[in-house]
Amino acid sequence: MDLVETPSAGRDAVSLPRPFLKWFAEKGWAPRAHQLELLARAQAGENMLLIAPTGAGKTLAGFLPSLTDLTSRGKIPPGSAFIGIHTLYISPLKALAVDIERNLMKPVSEMGLPVTIENRTGDTPQAKRQRQKLTPPDILLTTPEQVALLLANKEAERFFKDLKYVVLDELHSLVTSKRGHLLSLGLARIRRHAPQMQTIGLSATVADPMDLQRWLVPQGEHPSPPAGLVHVQGGAAPDITILDTDKRIPWSGHVSTYAIPEVYEEIRRHKTTLIFVNTRFQAELLFQELWTINEDNLPIALHHGSLDAGQRRRVEAAMAANKLRAVVATSTLDLGLDWGDVDLVVHVGAPKGASRLAQRIGRSNHRMDEPSKAILVPANRFEVMECQAALDANYLGAQDTPPVGEGALDVLAQHILGMACAEPFDPLELYEEITSASPYAELSWEMFERAVDFVATGGYALRSYERYAKIRKTQEGRWRVSNPQIAQQYRLNLGTIVEATELNVRLVKRNAKGTLGRGGLSLGKVEEYFLEQLVQGDTFLFAGKVLRFEGIRENECLVSNAFTMDPKIPAYAGGKFPLTTYLADQVRGMLADPKRWQSLPDQVREWLEIQQDRSMLPSKDELLIETFPRGKRFFMIAYCFEGRLAHQTLGMLLTRRMERLGARPLGFVATDYSLAVWALNDIGGMIDDGRISLTDLFDEDMLGDDLEAWLDESYMLKRTFRNCAVISGLIERRHPGKEKTGRQVTVSTDLIYDVLRSHEPDHILLDATRRDAASGLLDIGRLGDMLARIKGHITHRDLDHVSPLAVPIMLEIGRESVPGEAQDAVLQEAAEELIAEALS
Amino acid sequence: MPFAPWKDRRLMHRLGLAARTATLTGREAGSEETVVHGVAAVCDPLGALYLPDAGVLVVSDLHLEKGAAFARRGMMLPPYDTIATLNILAAVIARYDPRTVISLGDNFHDRKGSAHLPDDLRSLIGAMARGRDWIWINGNHDPDGTTDLPGTSVDELLYGGLVFRHEPSLTVGKGEVAGHLHPSATVRRREKYVRRPCFATDGLRLLMPAFGVLAGGLDLNHKAMHGLFDRQALVAHLLGHDRIYSVRYANLLG
Repeated sequence: MDLVETPSAGRDAVSLPRPFLKWFAEKGWAPRAHQLELLARAQAGENMLLIAPTGAGKTLAGFLPSLTDLTSRGKIPPGSAFIGIHTLYISPLKALAVDIERNLMKPVSEMGLPVTIENRTGDTPQAKRQRQKLTPPDILLTTPEQVALLLANKEAERFFKDLKYVVLDELHSLVTSKRGHLLSLGLARIRRHAPQMQTIGLSATVADPMDLQRWLVPQGEHPSPPAGLVHVQGGAAPDITILDTDKRIPWSGHVSTYAIPEVYEEIRRHKTTLIFVNTRFQAELLFQELWTINEDNLPIALHHGSLDAGQRRRVEAAMAANKLRAVVATSTLDLGLDWGDVDLVVHVGAPKGASRLAQRIGRSNHRMDEPSKAILVPANRFEVMECQAALDANYLGAQDTPPVGEGALDVLAQHILGMACAEPFDPLELYEEITSASPYAELSWEMFERAVDFVATGGYALRSYERYAKIRKTQEGRWRVSNPQIAQQYRLNLGTIVEATELNVRLVKRNAKGTLGRGGLSLGKVEEYFLEQLVQGDTFLFAGKVLRFEGIRENECLVSNAFTMDPKIPAYAGGKFPLTTYLADQVRGMLADPKRWQSLPDQVREWLEIQQDRSMLPSKDELLIETFPRGKRFFMIAYCFEGRLAHQTLGMLLTRRMERLGARPLGFVATDYSLAVWALNDIGGMIDDGRISLTDLFDEDMLGDDLEAWLDESYMLKRTFRNCAVISGLIERRHPGKEKTGRQVTVSTDLIYDVLRSHEPDHILLDATRRDAASGLLDIGRLGDMLARIKGHITHRDLDHVSPLAVPIMLEIGRESVPGEAQDAVLQEAAEELIAEALS
Repeated sequence: MPFAPWKDRRLMHRLGLAARTATLTGREAGSEETVVHGVAAVCDPLGALYLPDAGVLVVSDLHLEKGAAFARRGMMLPPYDTIATLNILAAVIARYDPRTVISLGDNFHDRKGSAHLPDDLRSLIGAMARGRDWIWINGNHDPDGTTDLPGTSVDELLYGGLVFRHEPSLTVGKGEVAGHLHPSATVRRREKYVRRPCFATDGLRLLMPAFGVLAGGLDLNHKAMHGLFDRQALVAHLLGHDRIYSVRYANLLG
């Protein structure tokens, strides 16, 4: 590593303490310009944001201000008065906090610095946590949840009062989630205990750095100047290609099985390959397919969030020790763990977002001066365009990280209770503190009061729970917790990650008598809703095996080896990303501009040319609607390119309207690119003779009453409500292993939702749910933007038969079950069988 | 059926159904007839069982004041469950105008429930009970009977050739109408699953669905149901959106 000479290094004239200079010299290294600049400006009292690509020495840069300060402070003599922590490091991943401890201890011990470093996560033993409160380390490495726990404690002030730096790692990924909201509130409280505290944010490239710069400093009525920015441009441009294949690229689907032999060849040609996919199902399938042709018995492993933690740790360790040739992984590997000598990243399926692609490619080749190497494997023809768009974006340095967003109300409620657990709070003071956190800068006093009321008694108009209040106002006007159990309850339920109820999957054997054995290997976790669909004997793919479902015993799902290669239930779709707005925009641009087709593979280009000929391709801001008959049905395809979630919402609303207009729609299916609706009546004809006006059909007013009416029945909103109910503390979390047996375990949030919606539709928790839904599962915000954009730009083509562009979505029909309100139709069908039986 | 304006659709479906159909009877109300141990019975889509010969209306597992019971323990569930459950009960009583109402246990969610019941709700029950007999069967949630409410509390009752108790007996099931287990059934057709509360009967015994709006369900396949029914003869009468759907146990999963 060479000394990087830049003007700024000289200008700031920062001098490192002697041990540091000696250490760099011994290693033959020199501090980089951005490390020195960050140090100098932090020493001058600035809050800082460092944006740098992987491999730029971000971690060391983030800790240099602390390490140099602690070095000049020197060792604390025994018997000194209590000193609180000096530096708090917060990362989104437990594993990262542990990893950093290892990486940081190395230089610290080599330099012989008088610095103590410890981590504190959910896994830290109780005794060690207690000791950390009595004799805190200089540097504490931890997660947002642990910060919230420490702050909800009477000793919080003592613990944090000497704090000088808070280092926030992977800030770009933290700030956009509810964890980020909780953390921002925590920082606001820390600032009160330690006004001298400075923040140092470390981030990958983001669309709008100013959002983060503001996030790092107090906002509200008197906002501080935004944090200073040090922006390290990427090193060598990555070498990314789209897999060059002679095989036919499929029209639809998500699994890229056509390319398995070619991917395998690449694995053989490289030292270590990381294979990223978008869903757990893709990971499972790809892993299985690779092993089917793994004639050389290359060590290829699987890594995704549902696997048993022990199994994941083993894969990670083998990876770090360079014992693996390939790992098939989902987003669990997205964040900055150290991954040994990866020399190739293969991305199977389109990356769905340009920033995600950049982040994942950064995993290969940790030395930033050498180019990273990556191959994209599109799963279908639309994905070819998407990959090309993402590829263009990466070269252009375009970014599509989501915006920071408004602070969630359920998180606010959780925080308010936490603050009451710490010490009785004055509402005005707390309001001021909360609005100094950037996600809550716009929070109104009225909403704050509603949140406090919610925490106290549930915030119901019918004020019947006053005598059971969790927090009460004292005579001095401060709010305090009613009893110590409340604080205990808070600690058990804290956090913003609400997992779907999951059951442990255990592999058991059938004995000679055909009964199931006890014990057996734990394979990981599967969501309960998936298991509810299975009957004994069904086979499915999990943990790289085809498993036979045997049943559920207590809190475990029992499976046996299926001895088949062909699972019956294929879909286990965990964590699918929707296409980002930015990439969608790029794909639309590419469709509209035949000049750009030159970069696409021949077969994809020809496909577009035929479409041009048979129907048309829409211009960038145009919405193309095609209608055509097929079988006994009439189809309507809308090419919206707004992502699956927004299309699903649109499908629900459109079918309602078409029903009213007499088109008799039967169902719809949504992909990332388009929406297909099918009906009994001739939709095309109805559009032509004016019975259906496309302008009216796609009018923004569908987001009014139609949306309201649909939400009443939507199971998606109930799922969102469940999360809000848990995070806000309305209902308690289910703690694995601690559930009581039987059905009295918990009360169904679906039922609570129904009751609340019937009797108090304006309740704060329903407000919170609607806000979440608008941006999350239903993507209503994005749908609204689209409807505004296409106004007056809808083009209709009535065709005799299916167009080339429609083929991919037509192939999806039947693969996905038709969502909607046909539930009673299923019951009807079953009941009619009984009637038929009775009549026969 | 009268047109329901969309604001009404905000109501949970049983509440909306109750409001729309309280004046309807028989097939029009979406009910299904069955026979328990030789006694004719009507399964009502609002979740009640009517025995026309004896003029008895049976409901089970009202779990009144469940919200308040949770609030006492620090979970502030909406305080509207009792009024919602009572409104549905009022509708079904209006439909049949029964001589006797039997509430089959777990009438209140906890022992404190009936004593702490707000006065306006108490008088609602009073109005419903006027001019008829009201039997509170004691349940495991409320074994001590009720406080300051009309009617009689008993552990079990023999009446009209049937025995009414809260928990189904493992030994003698003939002619038993019981609750406690909150039966629900899952129907599967073409890879679609629908789960609904149900009446479950094999002709000898009948299990009632839970009537309370915050009471969940337990699948007929759960081990707690084992041994209660002759599965060959078992039929689930599922509570659909506006009628009962009757499906044989063997045909539930298609």
